[in-house]
Amino acid sequence: MNSGPKQGAGKPPMFGDYEAQRHWQEITFNLPIKQWYFNSSDNNLQYWGLDYPPLTAYHSFLCAYVAKFINPDWIALHTSRGYESQAHKLFMRATVLIADLLIYIPAVVLYCCCLKEVSTKKKIASALCILLYPGLILIDYGHFQYNSVSLGFALWGVLGVSYDWDLLGSLAFCLAINYKQMELYHSLPFFCFLLGKCFKKGLKGKGLVLLIKLTCTVVASFVLCWLPFFTEREQTLQVLRRLFPVDRGLFEDKVANIWCSFSVFLKIRDILPHHIQIMISFCFTFLSLLPACIKLTLHPSPKGFRFTLVSCALSFFLFSFQVHEKSILLVSLPVCLVLSEIPFMSTWFLLVSTFSMLPLLLKDELLMPSVVTVMAFFIACATSFSIFEKTSEEELQLKCFSTSVRKYFTCFTFLPKIIQHLFLMSVIAMILLTMMTVTLDPPQKLPDLFSVLVCFVSCLHFLFFLVYFNIIIMWDSKNGRSQKKIN
Amino acid sequence: MAAFGIATGGGNWFSALALGVTLLKCLLIPTYHSTDFEVHRNWLAITHSLPISQWYYEATSEWTLDYPPFFAWFEYALSHVAKYFDQEMLNVRNLNYSSPRTLLFQRFSVIFTDALFVYAVHECCKCIDGKKAGKELTEKPKFILSVLLLWNFGLLIVDHIHFQYNGFLSGLMLLSIARFFQKRHMEGAFLFAVLLHFKHIYLYIAPAYGVYLLRSYCFTANKPDGSIRWNSFSFVRLISLGLIVFLVSAVSLGPFLALNQLPQVFSRLFPFKRGLCHAYWAPNFWALYSALDKVLSVIGLELKLLDPNKIPKASMTSGLVQQFQHTVLPSVTPLATFICTLIAVLPSVFCLWFKPQGPRGFLRCLILCALSSFMFGWHVHEKAILLAVLPMSLLSVGKAVDASIFLILTTTGHYSLFPLLFTAAELPIKILLMLLFTIYSISSLKTLFRKEKPLFNWMETFYLLGLGPLEVFCEFVFPFTSWNLKYPFIPLLLTSVYCAVGITYAWFKLYVSVLTDPPVGKTKKQ
Repeated sequence: MNSGPKQGAGKPPMFGDYEAQRHWQEITFNLPIKQWYFNSSDNNLQYWGLDYPPLTAYHSFLCAYVAKFINPDWIALHTSRGYESQAHKLFMRATVLIADLLIYIPAVVLYCCCLKEVSTKKKIASALCILLYPGLILIDYGHFQYNSVSLGFALWGVLGVSYDWDLLGSLAFCLAINYKQMELYHSLPFFCFLLGKCFKKGLKGKGLVLLIKLTCTVVASFVLCWLPFFTEREQTLQVLRRLFPVDRGLFEDKVANIWCSFSVFLKIRDILPHHIQIMISFCFTFLSLLPACIKLTLHPSPKGFRFTLVSCALSFFLFSFQVHEKSILLVSLPVCLVLSEIPFMSTWFLLVSTFSMLPLLLKDELLMPSVVTVMAFFIACATSFSIFEKTSEEELQLKCFSTSVRKYFTCFTFLPKIIQHLFLMSVIAMILLTMMTVTLDPPQKLPDLFSVLVCFVSCLHFLFFLVYFNIIIMWDSKNGRSQKKIN
Repeated sequence: MAAFGIATGGGNWFSALALGVTLLKCLLIPTYHSTDFEVHRNWLAITHSLPISQWYYEATSEWTLDYPPFFAWFEYALSHVAKYFDQEMLNVRNLNYSSPRTLLFQRFSVIFTDALFVYAVHECCKCIDGKKAGKELTEKPKFILSVLLLWNFGLLIVDHIHFQYNGFLSGLMLLSIARFFQKRHMEGAFLFAVLLHFKHIYLYIAPAYGVYLLRSYCFTANKPDGSIRWNSFSFVRLISLGLIVFLVSAVSLGPFLALNQLPQVFSRLFPFKRGLCHAYWAPNFWALYSALDKVLSVIGLELKLLDPNKIPKASMTSGLVQQFQHTVLPSVTPLATFICTLIAVLPSVFCLWFKPQGPRGFLRCLILCALSSFMFGWHVHEKAILLAVLPMSLLSVGKAVDASIFLILTTTGHYSLFPLLFTAAELPIKILLMLLFTIYSISSLKTLFRKEKPLFNWMETFYLLGLGPLEVFCEFVFPFTSWNLKYPFIPLLLTSVYCAVGITYAWFKLYVSVLTDPPVGKTKKQ
């Protein structure tokens, strides 16, 4: 049961992203396209300027059209700033719900239907658990955003590419990128997987044809989306400047990212000059995701693709530039996809990802809904997948890894126990931190103590998961080669 | 780890269901609440701040205490917890006081007292035989029954959005039914007596209890052909039952008898000054009657058969709760409704007397009593349909015929509750929850009875599907038409008439199935 829409009623108004979306409807409806991304007297870019690619703008335009039909006051230029009313809230939430219903939910349902070697009951359970993922529900309906659109498109892309509908898949993924530029986190795995497929088919024959067709599809979809902005060079540059604000620093606010956690010990943001920061983050990101991507290019497989999506997105999240805490959703989506394969670790990760957004959720007064949805999600996963019984090495997909390690250390048999203990400790830590953040006041000298603690703890978790997922990817090759599995 | 795994794993689906619905109820905390919220706050204040002698006389607020004494004691107990949440809500003069902590306390009190309902459902599940069970958990009658009861849409929106305490009251009723199935009649009788003193609406089903206990408990044995064996009458049992009822009533009404306040209490409990139908017509027989009257009066006016001056001005759907007259058909008095209800209830009670079929027969008679009182009662609330829907769930997982009646009754009954939540914010919630519950109930019961003939004939399917367009028309199309200003009551009228048709049909079908059921013995007695 999708409890998401039920959150709609009675939630407190969120000034931030809610007002931003309303403002974008106002801008896109009242101003001509050429002025959407430019600073002008009518469009003050400092007040929630557009900083997503054109597809978001078109979507806002569509919503504004409907809004005009219902009540033009909602999007009147200048006068509707900070507009709030019950009817408007219902309208905005309805737009999120409709976007969800049209794009994200069908993708999830279709994905679960197409799972191989899985009983019908497990398919329904997977769909239920994915839809119940608290992070997406809370951010989209509570904090107010349209992540389900870009994630939905990306999921369509994954579906298409996994089942050999490469052109449609890449088209869907281009739409996703053109909706939110953060989807670029997923772009490398797509690129490597498709490249790998082309290589496999042979670069002299079918592979080349496929490569050309893919390139054409991608270019065509980009041109189609950016058409109004290609007329002048200045337009394109301005949009790019809005999308990728390289003038901002390494990170903003508190995020469960390496740089933020590292700055607890060493304030690199202030020490190093700007371009060196960019270079360092670039290097780290690419170094951490290179092994998985190379492996995917050489041995393309849907399973490897999914895991590489996870590890790439996680690498980007941990090491990249200007990451928002909401970007963890980009990692959570691929993890949801592997929920049926490694239920225990996926559930653990998804709980941590929701926990990492705790400061943001508390700011929006979403404590009660988050507790309820997290508990509902946990109960759903625990009952559907019996996750606590599936912690053996085999189930955690770590069999190959542990056998390799056992060649050197024969006593390495206690991996499942370690992981179980770690899980218990992590849950206790998360619950404790949540309670402390809610009930206690931070000391005067360290007003951000709890947020920083939350980020730090989440970051440690994410590093652990990064290592874990990379292990699965790298050691899967030996399994694949020796047993000739075509998965 | 393993123990935790077993607890959350396949073994304990019931706890998972109960926990899940509790989480859902927590999500519904900030939704719209009706004046019933203020009613209960006022009662908390009255019972906490005033001495007992004032409870039934206090009239600062328009929402005076009109439930029996046990409920007043219940509110008194709650008020002692309430004072830790917000002292201000216990002030009688604080009319319409609803601070966030008050809201939190009240909502949590409903969620918490629902624990009794969960326990009652658990006991009811034990009474269902799982012989028809498939191997799949989701196909077992116990599982389906648990979902139908725990996640009942009507109970959710009436209790947790509109705000009432029907959860634990229904729990008491279901528990007493379960005790009858488990042959613990004394407990069942005791629970019912207590229930009656919590909310006197359960008088509707008292005939079923009385006749069943008399016939199947006081007469300890039957003749082989199923008829009564007069010499097996057990005075001891009769006396003990009487004693239970007497003691419970004494505890409840005793203090007020001592204070000579009984007439006042009864006048509060049974306010006959109110009208035949309240602002929104409950979908019962009188709704059809009034609709017919209105149609005839309109036709009469058009054909100039009626004099416009002679028509009384008060319109029944204008929202005022007062007494009024019908224009064409004879007006209805409380006595008339009482007689109609009595006539409607008698055949089922006779069936229970002459063709006793154990607890199952009792359950059917109970449902028929509840439905008949709903159909013909005076000033019936549409919420009273839950009195019939919840026990009917117990029957629905037994036989296919009962399942089909249950589905019609439930779907139309739940739909008739829609006008209770008229705010725009609750619209998606109520539609989504209703759809989910209806789809689940229909599909699970169809799967359970897939080996028998289909549950619905074409007429019933058509009727049920018609609810969709009706909802679209009432909520989305009508507000934008010009009739909205001239005849604002048309959606309510349409809803109640349409549902009245369905409920009447279900009532009729259930009656036919009870009357034509062959008795346990060989001969068929009338």
